Amino acid sequence: MPQIAIIAVFFLWPSFEAIQLSFYLEDPWGLSNEFVWFENYQTIFEDPEYVGTLIATLIFSLSVTFLSLGLAMLLAVQVDGLLRGGGTYRPLITWAYAIAPAVAGLVARFLFSPQIGPIYDLLNPDGEPPWFEPALDSIDAWVVITSGAVWRQVSVNFIFLLAGLQSIPRSVLEASRIDNPSGFSRFWSVTFPLLAPTLFFLMVINFSYAFFETFAIIDTVFPFGPPAGAASLVYKVYVDGFKGADLGGSSAQSVVLMLFVLALTVVQFRYLEKKIHY
Amino acid sequence: MKVLWVRYQLLNHLLLILGVAFLALPLWMVFASSTHDPATIIRDGMQLGLSDQFFETYLGVLTEKKGFTEQVTASMMMINSMILGVGFAVGKIIVSMTAAYAIVYFRFPLGTLLFWIIFTTLLLPLEVRIIPSYKVVADLGMLNSYSGLIIPLIASATGTFYFRQFFRSVPDELLEAAKLDGAGAWKFFIDILLPLSRTMMAALFIIMFVVGWNQYLWPLLMTTDESYSTIVLGIKSVMQTIDGNRLPEYNRGFALAILALIPPVLIVILFQRWFIKGLLESDK
Repeated sequence: MPQIAIIAVFFLWPSFEAIQLSFYLEDPWGLSNEFVWFENYQTIFEDPEYVGTLIATLIFSLSVTFLSLGLAMLLAVQVDGLLRGGGTYRPLITWAYAIAPAVAGLVARFLFSPQIGPIYDLLNPDGEPPWFEPALDSIDAWVVITSGAVWRQVSVNFIFLLAGLQSIPRSVLEASRIDNPSGFSRFWSVTFPLLAPTLFFLMVINFSYAFFETFAIIDTVFPFGPPAGAASLVYKVYVDGFKGADLGGSSAQSVVLMLFVLALTVVQFRYLEKKIHY
Repeated sequence: MKVLWVRYQLLNHLLLILGVAFLALPLWMVFASSTHDPATIIRDGMQLGLSDQFFETYLGVLTEKKGFTEQVTASMMMINSMILGVGFAVGKIIVSMTAAYAIVYFRFPLGTLLFWIIFTTLLLPLEVRIIPSYKVVADLGMLNSYSGLIIPLIASATGTFYFRQFFRSVPDELLEAAKLDGAGAWKFFIDILLPLSRTMMAALFIIMFVVGWNQYLWPLLMTTDESYSTIVLGIKSVMQTIDGNRLPEYNRGFALAILALIPPVLIVILFQRWFIKGLLESDK
């Protein structure tokens, strides 16, 4: 069982170590460890910066999830609605799956760059003083990060949604066409509920993407660190643990993240179980 | 009625063309700008049209040593990325196939417990446990090595579930027939399951190659030695040195982004059918 060995060494050991470290306070020289119970957790939750990061990450993840799902849904419905030529659009949208989050971040950085970025110029037509300044303002910074994250995520959602749309039996759609001639309300009352399982699954996937994989985007848009208030939770774990050498606090943050993932998964599985019943 | 229908289809096409442009235009600008010289880019911003510097920029990036230590070329970084992508994909397939085989075909004590241990790994992405993982790998002396780069990434369960679903769909009669013919467990795996799984393996390989190639955070921590840097990672260090220059060579940064993008995009487009199959079945 090679997998068990790999998992034991590279997964179980690190996880337990994270939990263990999160209860210790290490002095800055790494000479002594003191068992401090929940003090690290207390510290992070009393730290306004951590709570701010938590809230910002949640808002960011929700925005990425809904924007990328919305755009992907729009495109998938169009392709599904085409009588001819749907096959040509599919690869034109699918390819974007291969964009690395780091590359997406880099492209966003170029497009929003004050020196060369066309979008930056569009947003600041008068020049002085610029009202859109991602290097200084945390909301503007989040706009850049979100654009990169959404841009890269649309195609994954598109692939799943199109597959979901195409698995809806044509007979159901034709029956509803007779009952309900308006395309828009037909979409909401028939297609949308039938897509609900796919959508729910995608929401979980997108949320965890925005939570975890966007580290690369933040780090490439802001190679020298984002402005205050524009870091995600994972970014903060990295900064506190590797740059700040606060192992206990950073491990406590890791454990909080683990609990988040656990909660997400429990929600997903409870839902999937329900799905089996109908 | 017919006019209405035509108009409706036109709207479909219009929206789709806008969508494709939304995805492709940023990259086109990056590519087009990479063929201009740095002075033009700084003066006029990013470009929509092509210029004549294509070979100069790309040959330069691929063969000249750059980065913090000025020791790596983009072609070396691409080779590293290739090793990471292929190593990750192959490792993941081997590990998850054997694990799924054991789970489906063998009853052994603690089997369910092991299954649940694997299961929990699905929950936690590497990003969550970076610091302790880093510590473990450092303790094992595996920093700055390909094995340290690849193996910890393999420790998750996605592939196992994918193969488990598939093995369960293989009819039991095959196993019984093989037993009657005197095939052992190993022979059954090699001669029957493996050939049956070919398309599944291909599909998973494509997904995992792209995922491996695109890794960022883990290589960032693992490789302090630039000769192990991947191309995705190399972009960052090159950009940092570019930022320090008085005349930033944006064209080189653009070229690197394009180079980092080409292999995974090509694979996804060329093997689109397998890729979509793998994606839809492995994630669920």
